[in-house]
Amino acid sequence: MDELDGNAIGGLLEEIFGVDMTTATGTCASCGASGPVAEVVVYLCAPGTVARCRVCTAVLMVVVRRGEGSCVDLRGMAALAPAPA
Amino acid sequence: MAGTAVRGRLTWQVATVEAVRDEAPAVRTIELRAPDWAGHQAGQHLDVRLTAEDGYVAERSYSIASAPGEPVAITVERLEDGEVSPYLTEELRAGDEIEIRGPIGGYFVWDDSASGSPLLLAAGGSGVVPLRSILRHRARTGSTVPVRLLYSARSLPDVIYRTELDGYHDGVEVIFTLTRQQPPGWTGRIGRVSDAMLTEIAWPAGDATTAFVCGPTAFVESVAASLVRLGYPPPRVKTERFGGMGET
Repeated sequence: MDELDGNAIGGLLEEIFGVDMTTATGTCASCGASGPVAEVVVYLCAPGTVARCRVCTAVLMVVVRRGEGSCVDLRGMAALAPAPA
Repeated sequence: MAGTAVRGRLTWQVATVEAVRDEAPAVRTIELRAPDWAGHQAGQHLDVRLTAEDGYVAERSYSIASAPGEPVAITVERLEDGEVSPYLTEELRAGDEIEIRGPIGGYFVWDDSASGSPLLLAAGGSGVVPLRSILRHRARTGSTVPVRLLYSARSLPDVIYRTELDGYHDGVEVIFTLTRQQPPGWTGRIGRVSDAMLTEIAWPAGDATTAFVCGPTAFVESVAASLVRLGYPPPRVKTERFGGMGET
């Protein structure tokens, strides 16, 4: 499966959060590493998308599209803060 | 409301193909007319959505090849086992309509044309597409930012935008490295981008240089790691990975 990065889910995340999230800062709940969402490791496996920490590979986020909406699991994120506008 | 893009919200809109242009084997630029397009920044991408007659939907992301202020264009490389790229590169004709949404992404964006800080661009294969938008933006804004583009391609015919890239002067240096095949008499660089190559080509790390690295995942990982070894602070090395396809 192709290993991409957070840029690849810019559209998906903007659809969910309403703002650009590639510049948001995410913090891994497992190892505490933090950085731009654009840099996380992403696997696209429609209808699901998995984002992993680039440092410790823990799962940060799982997004599953369901019909018109999406189911978002953010348990792996200790924090997710959009960049200041 | 169908067909109406609300500014600031990411909505699907219908774009009409204005023209298609072959850039290299299996690589095509698609110029679009998108009346609801709100404009973009250099380096951003857009999503394309194709819906089959049976309702099957496929979405893919493509970097925007044109500069801010120019009509939206994407450059697409055909992937042999692709669902979307064969259609875009072989079937699509002027006058056809596709659905797009964007612009997307605020991270892999260059909007620093007023600063004097040098810019390092590193492309693997079709990773050159968003970097071309940056180069065109620089030219259109009359920026004097010094730029070096290091472009790794399999062979000279595989180089995308070759004529355009050959035409850059005045502060823009384009350096090709050919990894698989070189034409007779080739005096340019050969082989994959290495620490040694970057030591020669990259701007010194201390100059507040920003680097943009785009290409297949393995290329990006390797080049970004090299730049950090050369002293570039990780936040100044912007990366965008296209995946495992398109070996360079």
